Amino acid sequence: MSGAGGVEIEAYLARPLGDDRRGGVVVIHHMPGYDRATKEMTRRLAVLGYDALCPNLFWREAPGADPDDASAAVRALGGVPDERLVGDVAAAADHLRQLPQATGRIGVIGHCSGGRQAVLTGCHIQIDAVVDCYGAYVTGDPPPDWPLRVTNLVPILPKLSAPVLGLFGNEDRTPSPEHVDEFEAILRANGKQSEFYRYANAGHGFFAVDRTSYRVVAAVDGWERIASFFTRHIAPEV
Amino acid sequence: MCTYLTEHIAVTGSGKGRNGWFRLTDATVYYDHPVHALDEHTLNIDFAAPALGPAARVAVELDADSAQRLVEAVRRALASRPDAVG
Repeated sequence: MSGAGGVEIEAYLARPLGDDRRGGVVVIHHMPGYDRATKEMTRRLAVLGYDALCPNLFWREAPGADPDDASAAVRALGGVPDERLVGDVAAAADHLRQLPQATGRIGVIGHCSGGRQAVLTGCHIQIDAVVDCYGAYVTGDPPPDWPLRVTNLVPILPKLSAPVLGLFGNEDRTPSPEHVDEFEAILRANGKQSEFYRYANAGHGFFAVDRTSYRVVAAVDGWERIASFFTRHIAPEV
Repeated sequence: MCTYLTEHIAVTGSGKGRNGWFRLTDATVYYDHPVHALDEHTLNIDFAAPALGPAARVAVELDADSAQRLVEAVRRALASRPDAVG
């Protein structure tokens, strides 16, 4: 696909079979990269009835590299700049809108660093639904020696263009329950539509099925919340 | 949690990766989620040569106790060199 600045980047597209009209979902991969787990999530969104597209955000630094090697390279360089990230997600949304059965309605979902980036995107472009799965530093401040080019999103949250579904583990520290409460309070104060769910006995990464952080109760409920949220905000009207 | 915190140092030496030996120029050290190890967090070290591409990397993921033992072993080994001070 054509990414920010017209640069060709790799992307993973999963589509339902058939001719039904459908919304699109941009999947923002986490810091560990454009990996198998994220592609599995992308396919699951196609099973739910959406055209789903995951751009490889590390393609420019590491074309063709294994996801873990690409992630290590990008990490050493300080991460992906926010402006480029927004450009890549906006381009992915445009790509989805051009597909034959597209309704034009777009959701964005991200986990971990991708959760913050999903919210970031919703503050810069017009989309229809944002899903933030335990994104760090939407609120709260990174430590002073923070190596990545990341700031919190508090100043731009009033510009958010879409309703937000937030899914968080109460044992997480980034974001902590206090960070999540602050995020929700800011959205409410600005009249933004939001649905936040907080899971006990779950920390960061509870959706990750092949990691010890996986929590089946939270993950199963979380997927049901995602399906319901997208049905209400980006699925075609029956 | 994702710590993202990354120690980055220049190194001189060699490492053996998937395509054999190569000259190392960089190392990054961080305590964060592993790719492969079965712990929520590990001490991760990447020995790398970015000029040779992302695949020029030797990666390890150690649990915290293992990493601490490695640090101590490295110190002991360095202390045994003939020109070691102290």
